[in-house]
Amino acid sequence: MRFAAPMADPGALLARRNPVAKLAASGVLTLALLATLDPVAPALALALELAVVPLFGVAYGTLLRRAFPILLSAVGVVVALGVFAAQRTGEALFAIGPLVITTGLLNNALGLALRVVAVALPGVLVFASTDPTDLADALVQHLKAPARFAIGALAAFRLAPLLGAEWELLRMARRARGVDPGRNPVAHLRLFWSTAFALLVGAIRRGTRLAAAMDARGFDSGVPRTIARPQRFGAADWALVTAAAGAAALALGTSLALGTFRPLLG
Amino acid sequence: MAEVELRGFGWRHAGRRAWALRGVDLRIEAGERVLLLGPSGAGKSTLLAALAGLLAEDSGEQEGTARVAGQPSRTARELTGIVFQDPQTQLVMARSGDDVAFGLENRGVPAAEIWPRVDAALAAVGFPYGRDRRVEALSGGEQQRLALAGVLALRPRLLLLDEPTANLDPAGAALVRAALATISGVTTVLVEHRVAEALPLVDRVVVLEPGGGVQADGVPEKVFALHGEELAARGVWVPGRPLPARLAACPPGTELLRGDRLSFRHAGAARPALSEVDITVRGCEALAVVGPNGAGKSTLALLLGGLLGPTTGTVRASPALAGADAARPPHRWRAAALTSRIGSVFQNPEHQFVTTQVRDELALGGVPPSIVGLLLDRLGLAGLAAANPYTLSGGEQRRLSVATALAGAAIPGPRPLDSPRLLVLDEPTFGQDRRTWIALVELLADLRDLGHGIVTVTHDADFVAALADRAVPLPEPPTPPHAPHPPHPDPPAPPPFPTAPPHPHSPAPPRDRTEPR
Repeated sequence: MRFAAPMADPGALLARRNPVAKLAASGVLTLALLATLDPVAPALALALELAVVPLFGVAYGTLLRRAFPILLSAVGVVVALGVFAAQRTGEALFAIGPLVITTGLLNNALGLALRVVAVALPGVLVFASTDPTDLADALVQHLKAPARFAIGALAAFRLAPLLGAEWELLRMARRARGVDPGRNPVAHLRLFWSTAFALLVGAIRRGTRLAAAMDARGFDSGVPRTIARPQRFGAADWALVTAAAGAAALALGTSLALGTFRPLLG
Repeated sequence: MAEVELRGFGWRHAGRRAWALRGVDLRIEAGERVLLLGPSGAGKSTLLAALAGLLAEDSGEQEGTARVAGQPSRTARELTGIVFQDPQTQLVMARSGDDVAFGLENRGVPAAEIWPRVDAALAAVGFPYGRDRRVEALSGGEQQRLALAGVLALRPRLLLLDEPTANLDPAGAALVRAALATISGVTTVLVEHRVAEALPLVDRVVVLEPGGGVQADGVPEKVFALHGEELAARGVWVPGRPLPARLAACPPGTELLRGDRLSFRHAGAARPALSEVDITVRGCEALAVVGPNGAGKSTLALLLGGLLGPTTGTVRASPALAGADAARPPHRWRAAALTSRIGSVFQNPEHQFVTTQVRDELALGGVPPSIVGLLLDRLGLAGLAAANPYTLSGGEQRRLSVATALAGAAIPGPRPLDSPRLLVLDEPTFGQDRRTWIALVELLADLRDLGHGIVTVTHDADFVAALADRAVPLPEPPTPPHAPHPPHPDPPAPPPFPTAPPHPHSPAPPRDRTEPR
């Protein structure tokens, strides 16, 4: 159950904040960055995000490993625009074969790539520094999420890591039964579906057993649930949300002041 | 007023022709501790589910009444607690204390009372760690103790235990039994296959007859003295009855498969699942791979079964087993060739089912109908030929998966039908009653005496005694420093078997064996 344990130091200043506060802060920043197409706002936001990474108890090295797919997609955005972009405005900087790289193109590509990273990073930080149990508790207590949904999802989440091992076993069991797709791609596809179906059947059966065990302990009793782990939403949590709103305003304000702001709509 | 009162109780699951349970009349007084017995398919688990109020009205048809503390069992749910077989699917939360608190939150226990009750329940089952201990860091026996604590925290009047030790190794099972032995003052109904181990926990035995209500009822000594013979014949594990032992009828034959210094490490795992194991399997020989949970027994079975390639070390098949393919390791063979030479039976039978009918399951790959019929008869599945494998009971599923591994030998091909084969079985006796257990031992012994090689991974000491010619003990895995194990209550005896593999050119080892008990 590797991803169930947070990779962050749980005692860090911002890691200790209420999960709902962390989600709200990340949401505010993300929405603000989605509003503009220029590179300045995401660059500034990204710089601020990177500056607070240690406050979440996350080491930069760990973050790099965890966020690697995001960096990869950002590079992909730059390359794709470089190759396929129709609008090549601004001055020509250099040419790679038939591809002329212009300042306008570079501006767009950079803006998009920075947006991808700046929007994704807060989410990575929130989930890296939040215990799933605390998240479910906070969703129930502060956002009035139904316990049936939040705690049920949490329990299902605990079983999810079993699926990988289960898939391997199913594959081996099929081989033991003499089911072998060989080189036929259609047979490969059929084997894949039959294995996936068996995985699903197994998951549903396990889920059913888990649900029965939960109901046997009164999960469906209809009595209002009490709360064993009260979550606090205090001044520090409000401060986090306010700071995120401030960072978003700063990023957008700078972009407006420099005249680079390009609204997504309009 | 009786604590439990069943009158003419019967239950038929929706979509089934046969009643899972019928005509059960039973009274249990407060504070009694009852062991519920019966052959495979007698409806023991269904009866517990009924008492726990877990049989929804729309999921089947009911006859008679089931009352707990004078109320219909469905409305008495707050008074009952149930512990199931599999710890994985009854623990809800990631931290141990949170899991015990889960039921208390559901029942609306005031927040101030929750943690004292959690601590008391953890202490009652002898849980050796703090509340923050992560559930996945616990051994199976510890997880089952935690599940028990989660139920006890709710202070049930009626405690129902549905084979709570079935999925555990002997040390884990002993942990759970030790915890159960300390609980007092709760009416308890226990379903357990291993009767001898369960008897110290109970003061009354009730035997169910498939479809026929209560067959015997009373103090254990009386029930077994009066009905022991008959119960044993019907498949109940009556303590003290000798089990048949099958010595090999032939000396160990040609070498079939050899593993040298086999190690396996899962990608990204901190320590290997198996390290440096040597093993040789011969025709006409039954090996038992034994050892605690986590020692890598199942991994070894997969390596020998040609389903997994070792990280280091080699698996080599002899020409007698593999013909021209002997030059390549089994995990590189085509699946059809593998199935005709090595049959594997997985720990969870459901993993191996690929069709929707028992008969099709056996006929897969072109097995002749005559062989299919023979296997169905031999393993007591003839009446289930048209059933969906997923709807069988645990014991029936296990027998079906054994049958499919045997059927592989009969797939028509270039290999002569009587050429030696290897069978690798992972815990084949889980969930078997006495009768099907004996049938399984007899069948495997017959196959061995025909010249086949048998490797079984097992915790079942009786099975080792009855069938195995040699045991291959795997050592306890090194425990990481952050997960201390409490001392095992019954340390395994040193193995009485020769364990080193013979030199390939030396004569076969002497065939020591334990005396059947």
